[in-house]
Amino acid sequence: MAVAITADGLSKRYRIGELHAAYGTLRESMTHATRRLFGRERRHHYEYLWALDDVSLQVDEGEVLGVIGRNGAGKSTLLKILTRITTPTSGRAEIRGRVGSLLEVGTGFHPELTGRENVYLNGSILGMRRREITQKLSDIVEFSGVEKFMDTPVKRYSSGMYVRLAFSVAAHLEPEILLVDEVLAVGDAEFQKRCLGRMEDLSESGRTVVFVSHQMQAIAQLCDRAILLRDGRVERDGPGGEVVAHYLQEVVGSASSRVGADLESAFGDDLVRLRSVRVVGEDGAVVNAVDVRRPVGIEIGFAVLTAGNPVFPKIKVYDHRGDVAFNAWDTSTRWHEPSPPGEYVATAWIPGNLLNEGLATVDVGVLSLHAPKLHPHAGLKGAVSFHVQDPGEGDSARGLFTGQVKGVVRPLLEWTTEERS
Amino acid sequence: MTETKLEVRPRAEGEPSVAPAEERVERVTVIRPASRWPHLDVSELWHYRELLGRFVWRDVTVRYKQTFLGIAWAILVPLFTAAIYVIVFGRFAKFPSGNIPYPQLVLSGLIPMQYFTSSLTGSSTSLVTNLSLVTKVYFPRVLLPLAAVFVPLVDLLLGVAVLVPFMAYYHTWPGGVEVLTAPLFVGLALVTALGIGLVLSSLNVRYRDVPYMLPPLIAVLPLVSGVPYAIQEIPVKWQWLLSVNPMTGVIVGWRWAVVDGSAPNWGQMAVSASVGVVLFLGGLAVFRTSEPRFADTI
Repeated sequence: MAVAITADGLSKRYRIGELHAAYGTLRESMTHATRRLFGRERRHHYEYLWALDDVSLQVDEGEVLGVIGRNGAGKSTLLKILTRITTPTSGRAEIRGRVGSLLEVGTGFHPELTGRENVYLNGSILGMRRREITQKLSDIVEFSGVEKFMDTPVKRYSSGMYVRLAFSVAAHLEPEILLVDEVLAVGDAEFQKRCLGRMEDLSESGRTVVFVSHQMQAIAQLCDRAILLRDGRVERDGPGGEVVAHYLQEVVGSASSRVGADLESAFGDDLVRLRSVRVVGEDGAVVNAVDVRRPVGIEIGFAVLTAGNPVFPKIKVYDHRGDVAFNAWDTSTRWHEPSPPGEYVATAWIPGNLLNEGLATVDVGVLSLHAPKLHPHAGLKGAVSFHVQDPGEGDSARGLFTGQVKGVVRPLLEWTTEERS
Repeated sequence: MTETKLEVRPRAEGEPSVAPAEERVERVTVIRPASRWPHLDVSELWHYRELLGRFVWRDVTVRYKQTFLGIAWAILVPLFTAAIYVIVFGRFAKFPSGNIPYPQLVLSGLIPMQYFTSSLTGSSTSLVTNLSLVTKVYFPRVLLPLAAVFVPLVDLLLGVAVLVPFMAYYHTWPGGVEVLTAPLFVGLALVTALGIGLVLSSLNVRYRDVPYMLPPLIAVLPLVSGVPYAIQEIPVKWQWLLSVNPMTGVIVGWRWAVVDGSAPNWGQMAVSASVGVVLFLGGLAVFRTSEPRFADTI
């Protein structure tokens, strides 16, 4: 397979002052220069920071590469070098193909210009030819859903309309290689979904995409491969889901197991305290990746502090897109009576062949029923997460299909067929 | 420094194609640390010519949309300034007007001067005004100051339209074929403004002092460029000194070409033109050297 991007030892050094002071004054520079001239001050010693430190990587044509890492890990710097906004201090990269970059939607939009005028302006800035924009204009306008306001200055647009139009232009960019940064951070959930959808289309049509994001679910879902940057270096390089799981576990600390100090952010009242949350396999051992065909347990340890209230444990599971897969609580009669004070460990077993592949995130809680409402006593959002994997042996709901299976759940149904002649 | 080159490669069978039914032209972008030696990549500029046009179009459109009087400003400003000059320098101070009537002398000098100052201001602030572009998308940065010296050409053309009734009134129609040289003098004003603009715009990225430096410069410049007097009327050694200022050459030449002013001293003109070209090349070198750091420091 042809290589689209090769980077070899890319490094970028910033002088610390440059990062902090936005800009100096001429006077400061002049006083320094004069002092130095008269030997009163020795050469200024600057502190340096390697925002990117010897990063080498290769992206194949048609590959979707996710780039993750904490703020300041060098994600944006890498993207800025690949998009040529800034130059590396050392190293070299080669990109084969027409590059389109999207570091922001609506780059260069001018409030005084009309929607139509801005489509042309923004399109040109993103590297489209005028002829190309004219050809796609009706598509762009239709996709944006702001047809009626194409001749209105965008300063009169609502922020929603503005973003829709801007995104619509970006969505019609058709480069061979697309470099995208955090575009999904703007807009509402609906808009973010459209962005994701559009990126899926692009990757399906064989485009090479490099995608920097904080949205782990998007990365896990979209990217065949991801790299994790830490302090300017590539810490991990591998399949999207795996790298995301590693990042969440090792770097962020959102993990498949939480106890003690990890639960500091958990909520608890006078009645109940959360003690531990774990993702366990059938053998009871903590796991962070599970086979889609096997059951997985969510183990919740909690303490009942005061007697007198009937409480019960609950989980809420989200899929890789952040959509709720389901809510479930223990309905057994043992919780109908108030539980005596003490320590409890409850495990919810999620059957095999239920969840779809990707990263699943779980909220846990201990509640009581105040009909008709549920009242939370203790809980933690995004308490644990785990990765659902399909080894692709043909006996899951996927069968022999190797593409992406859509849906929040992916049950293995029983099918019956009668032949009628 | 980055470079792009085109490679023609026959398409392999079954290879996904973005531009079907054609031989695929592959663009290879090489990213390397910034080179120490400034150079101008002309083929890249050519590749981005449409964007340059788009920037010029944007600034012209926005300017006429944003201002209430719009296009009228291009006419009112030189007329008003000329009126003041005529009263103060012409009536009170009795500045020498040479072979053409004083109001015509002043107005014909103010129009290229106005072009120069707008170009200089525009290009000097162009990088900072377009900050969001500089930090978010790649294109040769030189397009911004370059676009800024094209935008005021619209005003210049309107200025010429203002000159016409005065030419009719004072019978100062262009003497002959020399009118065809007028664009050359505008060109000299353009490269001079661009040269200085390139330096100031790169300075402005780092130090925001530039907007404070410009007004005094712009206030003094007409006086040392021969706007309120005919340069040929002052002592010759002063003429040579003033010719170091490229705008002196521009104004003398423009008057000669457009309103039948006396012919320039070509030796002095050569001095003005050379200084203009040196400023341009020097400005370009400074700009290209600091360009790789713009996105980091702006």
